[in-house]
Amino acid sequence: MFDRREWLKRAGLAALAGGFGASRAFALDTITLPFDNGKRTLVKYPQKRPLIGLTSRPPQLETPFSIFNDGPITPNNAFFVRYHLADVPLNIDPDRFTLEIKGKVDRPLQLSLKDIRKLPAVELVAVNQCSGNSRGFFDPRVAGGQLGNGAMGNARWHGVPLKTVLDMAGVQGSARQVVLNGMDRPVMDTTPDFVKALDIDHARDGEVMLAYGMNGEDLPVLNGFPLRLVVPGYYGTYWVKHRNEITVIDGTFDGFWMKTAYRIPDTPCGCVEPGTSPKATIPINRLTVRSFITSVTNDEKIKARKTTKLKGIAFDSGKGLKEVALSLDNGRSWTSVKLGKDLGKYSFREWTLPVQLVPGIYDLRVRATNNAGDTQPIEPRWNPAGYLRNVVETVRITAA
Amino acid sequence: MKRRILFAILLAIVIALMLKYGAASATPVVYDLPPETAAFAPGPNLDTVVNNCTGCHSADYISMQPRGPKFKEDFWRAEVNKMIKVYGAPIAEADIARIVDYLVSRF
Repeated sequence: MFDRREWLKRAGLAALAGGFGASRAFALDTITLPFDNGKRTLVKYPQKRPLIGLTSRPPQLETPFSIFNDGPITPNNAFFVRYHLADVPLNIDPDRFTLEIKGKVDRPLQLSLKDIRKLPAVELVAVNQCSGNSRGFFDPRVAGGQLGNGAMGNARWHGVPLKTVLDMAGVQGSARQVVLNGMDRPVMDTTPDFVKALDIDHARDGEVMLAYGMNGEDLPVLNGFPLRLVVPGYYGTYWVKHRNEITVIDGTFDGFWMKTAYRIPDTPCGCVEPGTSPKATIPINRLTVRSFITSVTNDEKIKARKTTKLKGIAFDSGKGLKEVALSLDNGRSWTSVKLGKDLGKYSFREWTLPVQLVPGIYDLRVRATNNAGDTQPIEPRWNPAGYLRNVVETVRITAA
Repeated sequence: MKRRILFAILLAIVIALMLKYGAASATPVVYDLPPETAAFAPGPNLDTVVNNCTGCHSADYISMQPRGPKFKEDFWRAEVNKMIKVYGAPIAEADIARIVDYLVSRF
């Protein structure tokens, strides 16, 4: 029997390694993220191009930032990988996979992947960003995955609205939340399993999706094959991978990954004075507004007095981008940039701005504002877990 | 020769279609994670560290953490205690100080 993934993997490795066995791990190169202790190895995993290795167990891979200049859609083989617990499902039979819907429902269900694929499908482009994306830039530094800016990606997700299967099961009137579990498990029984929850109205908003397709292909294994949750506008922690269990409950789920982990300060900015602890916390939720310059990097030299097309990306949690502005003088004056094709309110949006610069050193800064008036701070905000980073980014270039 | 080229093109198209729509006739998907390359550097109580820490995560989870004067004994003791209290690591009381010693000496 032809196993296309096995084939993909071998083809990918063979193309890259020219004869190395598939089981042979090899470090390709190193990359240094721009913060202390930021040296990382580029690693090659099956179904993935060389990515920044953060940890090998559980597997955590970051997307090299240059990939975000290639277009608004992040290719599957470049998409970041984040697991919490090391018992990752590595042998998945799509024919035997079932999604169970139970709890406060009239008709508990067991749906096969085939059943799910037969339901009316929807498609949506949305950014998945790790809560701790950019944690390595926090000052003072905080413990956790020391990520650069590459724990984010934008894909066209294909699947079934979660509402569809919840309606099939018949959610009872007393329902308050849905509890979401996947096949990944802790190594030890004493470690809390990775389980998340969404409020019932959010789960039934018609946009939260059970996705089996990503950019026109099956989900890569490390991105949640064969089924993952897509929660548009929300941080990746809710996008549970290898989804096989939904429990509708009539209370508030108090599992570790909701009650203790992934909490942000209960303040309007989600931040506290650097180095201090918040008085109260809430679960992390919507993405903050962000924008990046992708076409030039720090210390790059460009030709003076010639037109250079500056380019980048911006996104928010789905309120829609109102304006993206660029400053050539470290934030003293701002120019609106031209926004590229709108792929949907949850997507990366490309922006461009042609500039002609006289010789000199320039601190380029980019700032996005959404329709709710949310924008990016000039000074970075801080919280003890290293979440929500969305400071106005700066790239220093020289025109000569 | 022409026929061979034609065959190659057809094969490429068939493979491309299988890649896109292959899931319909799916067989179990077996995924091989590459072997770990990260390892702990030699240091005091290394065996205690390896025995207690590497059951659940690789060495790079530790080595990537921030460094500097604020990330010494208090930081590492808090991390080890977090592993015990929050993540349920079965680390013996007597091993805590040994692990912290190693971490402080190496990082």
